[in-house]
Amino acid sequence: MEWEVVIGLETHTQLKTNTKQFSGASTIYGAEPNTQACEVSIALPGVLPVLNAEAVKCAVKFGLSIDAEIAPRSVFSRKNYFYPDLPKGYQISQFELPVVGKGKITIQVPAVGKNLPYEKVINITRAHLEEDAGKSVHGAVEGMSGIDLNRTGTPLLEIVTEPDMRSADEAVAYAKKLHELVQWIGICDGNMQEGSFRCDVNVSVRPKGTDKLGTRREIKNLNSFKFIQQAIEFETRWQIERLEDGGKIQQATILFNSDIGETKAMRSKEEANDYRYFPDPDLLPLEITEAYKAKIRASLPELPEAMKARFERDFALSNDDASFLTSSKQIADYFNETVKYILLGGIGTLTSENIPSALAHAGQQVNEKIKIVANWIKGTLSAKLNSEDLTIDISPVTPTQLATLLKRVADNTISNNAAKQVLDALWLGEADVDAIIATKGLKQESDSGALGVIIDEVLAANPTMVEEFKAGKEKAFNALVGQAMKASKGKANPTQVNEVLKKKLTA
Amino acid sequence: MINSSLKQLGEMLQAKKISSVELTQTFLSRITEYNPSINAYIALDASKTFTQAKAADVLIANNQASPLTGIPFAQKDIFCAKGWKTTCGSKMLANFIAPYDAHVITQFDNVGAVNLGKTNMDEFAMGSSNETSYFGGVKNPWDFDRVPGGSSGGSAAAVAARLCAAATGTDTGGSIRQPASLCGFTGLKPTYGVVSRYGMIAFASSLDQAGPMAKSAEDCALMMNVMAGFDERDSTSLMRDKEDYTRYLIKSSESTPLAGLKIGLPKEFFAEGLDANVAKIVETAIAEYKKLGAEVVDISLPNTGLSIPVYYVLAPAEASSNLSRYDGVRYGHRTESYTDLMDMYCKSRAEGFGAEVKRRILIGTYVLSAGYYDAYYLKAQQIRRLIAQDFTEAFKKCDVIMGPAAPSTAFKAGEKVEDPVAMYLQDIYTISTNLAGLPGMSVPAGFLDSTGGKKLPVGLQIIGNYFDEARMLNVAHQYQLVTDWHIRMPNLDMPNSVKQEGLN
Repeated sequence: MEWEVVIGLETHTQLKTNTKQFSGASTIYGAEPNTQACEVSIALPGVLPVLNAEAVKCAVKFGLSIDAEIAPRSVFSRKNYFYPDLPKGYQISQFELPVVGKGKITIQVPAVGKNLPYEKVINITRAHLEEDAGKSVHGAVEGMSGIDLNRTGTPLLEIVTEPDMRSADEAVAYAKKLHELVQWIGICDGNMQEGSFRCDVNVSVRPKGTDKLGTRREIKNLNSFKFIQQAIEFETRWQIERLEDGGKIQQATILFNSDIGETKAMRSKEEANDYRYFPDPDLLPLEITEAYKAKIRASLPELPEAMKARFERDFALSNDDASFLTSSKQIADYFNETVKYILLGGIGTLTSENIPSALAHAGQQVNEKIKIVANWIKGTLSAKLNSEDLTIDISPVTPTQLATLLKRVADNTISNNAAKQVLDALWLGEADVDAIIATKGLKQESDSGALGVIIDEVLAANPTMVEEFKAGKEKAFNALVGQAMKASKGKANPTQVNEVLKKKLTA
Repeated sequence: MINSSLKQLGEMLQAKKISSVELTQTFLSRITEYNPSINAYIALDASKTFTQAKAADVLIANNQASPLTGIPFAQKDIFCAKGWKTTCGSKMLANFIAPYDAHVITQFDNVGAVNLGKTNMDEFAMGSSNETSYFGGVKNPWDFDRVPGGSSGGSAAAVAARLCAAATGTDTGGSIRQPASLCGFTGLKPTYGVVSRYGMIAFASSLDQAGPMAKSAEDCALMMNVMAGFDERDSTSLMRDKEDYTRYLIKSSESTPLAGLKIGLPKEFFAEGLDANVAKIVETAIAEYKKLGAEVVDISLPNTGLSIPVYYVLAPAEASSNLSRYDGVRYGHRTESYTDLMDMYCKSRAEGFGAEVKRRILIGTYVLSAGYYDAYYLKAQQIRRLIAQDFTEAFKKCDVIMGPAAPSTAFKAGEKVEDPVAMYLQDIYTISTNLAGLPGMSVPAGFLDSTGGKKLPVGLQIIGNYFDEARMLNVAHQYQLVTDWHIRMPNLDMPNSVKQEGLN
């Protein structure tokens, strides 16, 4: 029998706010244990929660960026259970009425093996605000467990999908897309090692072609794309084998052991808590007005899809180039910054509003320059970054430097090869593009007067080749170009050498 | 002096006829003498108290005093006060020293008032007799064999016995007004959201409200000026302009200062269950109001009978969750020996909580459980709305509602301990205002002779519309201008079975 895996994700996105969801304590990662645990974090008797307006803003930003319904009225509820890292004995979350309703995210699933790449729409069920728990630290003190409440109350947005994914690849593509989006709109730092972006993955299998969903098992707390891939693949195999052996799947919460690459049940449905949700009487319902939504919408950055379409339309970039340049906020920022220097010389701000008019003024030539920028970022720069395991936001070569360098390429001051030498120098810490060109003597001989003299000398020194060319031997022309380049010590612009030589020979 | 009003005390202090240190000493001496038998205070710290009194005297000397500067108050032990043991009447918090101040405490500190000590209360404010306190019951100063009411029993006894100038209390279902009735003083539960709950240990968050417990309406008004006001740390605190609660308290030259006032008498408040003698006193008080010019209209609050069942679903539901934080992990009682985490939780909570608290945690957990939520919690919320609507309808016909504050006078200690439902019925006239979020007061209206030959006070309840505290206070004030029930004091030195053992 052929099986189909059905996957849904619940992603805990830590929101980029300075303070906690319901208190003024700092959310900075990595502080000494319990130094960011205020009276509310510790849940002292008598303390009360106050909702962080910045977290609400993040949630609404997210909702608007996936074209979701924003609830005009949402409610905070208490999820009751006992655990030492949950100081109040309940987590404040949203249950029946979440702040963000149904939305959509389009994912790009890359080519795998013989399968071609494709796009797919993943439906978002809801996204709700809640607070994080603290951390149990085992083993720091011999024979005891410690509790670190620094993370307690950190704002989270839990983003829940429909069971729309049909492979580990799709699930990873979704997770990557979401990861990119939340960073793009500035609501999450995306740091997966620090737990800023963690996924719970619901996996079930069913005979291909059937509609009824199988019983799902939920893999908790995966904090890398690799683990998501491995855990789903292992779990899918496990479920299929079990069913094929005549067994049944019990609904369960499971953990993925990344050391051995296996999933293991943590608790079954029967052992599941009754969380006794009820509306938190300490917090009033959250009401979001149309005016507030409009204000947040106006503050949203241009989203990746829109930016990509604009790059294709206005810059005449290919789908591939535009996809690459909008694949992350950092790359897009770097590209936009570089283009800004190319187009405006670094003056003013390039916005989606003034780009079209700047382009209309500049015309075709500009698109060529932008194409050069795209090629360089995608090619040479990315290769160098990859080789040193760096991300573009910390590139040793700044967008201003790259723009200056590429201007020199575009105006024929230096050749493409020479430009690579300049980039290497910039990479090693030299700052001034023109100084590097001067010191290394990389300037192309583009002055047709000086070039004319060189070519005249070459023609005079090689009468045989001139004769052969005139007799119809095309090869002789190339040989003359080579002689001219050699005579210019490689500084001549090959295109110009061609032009001037042709002119002189046919004169 | 111990029977002086807050206004008089303030004037004496500011005229430097007495210092705050002297006034404080007067009350502390009375506390030393009478508290061992009454048990109103469960935490005293003379050094902290005198530090505040000395600071108040400096403010007065520098002409920086406000009306309550230098006046000694008792604080219910439900309010966290920095450096003070704050127990909420529970073994669970018997070792807890609050590291921060509740909003109410800060407000009193900010005007230079003096904290005399923390008062006894029913454990986590759950009770109507102060008998659920881990620190023992409190004697009713009018009859030491009887309870002071609850849950603010310690504050109630302290005010009645003049062991403080006035006190704070909290009222979730009647915990200010029922003890005010049983101990014969004036107590106000403000509109929900008027006094910040920050630092006030939660029992049932949607019902809890702090308020003043004092001799007179005028005293309550002066305290409200300090206690009320928006606090951004409490999301249910209401953002309103600061108001002067004394603004209507005028001694009119007219013989009918309350002319035009419509008093609603809900028939459900005078039905079965009300002691006939208590009813008589309430009726006499209402007759007095008629003399003051008020008009009486009959009204109905048809859902009154549902208020106790609704309350005993909602309050325990919230409490079961609010009390989850007492798990022995970070502070409070932790059992001595345990085998694992679950054992530690179970033993710590089993040992730390008393029977009534456990009963309510169990009820609350039950009504929130999967499968029961709709039938209990949700249903109760719906009825709660109906109860509030009853009042909305009633206030179309009248300005204030009057009736008894408690169904009887103070009962004997131990009398209702074994019968929780009888105990719950003590709050039958007060609970519906908490459910509706309305302000309510109890005002001394007379005395009844007990079987033991003691005089036992009876309170008149005044319920107002939302934010109508200032008018209610004047309604009470006009009555207090023509009656003297509120300034009568119990004779603590009168021979008494308990007192003979405890104090002579």
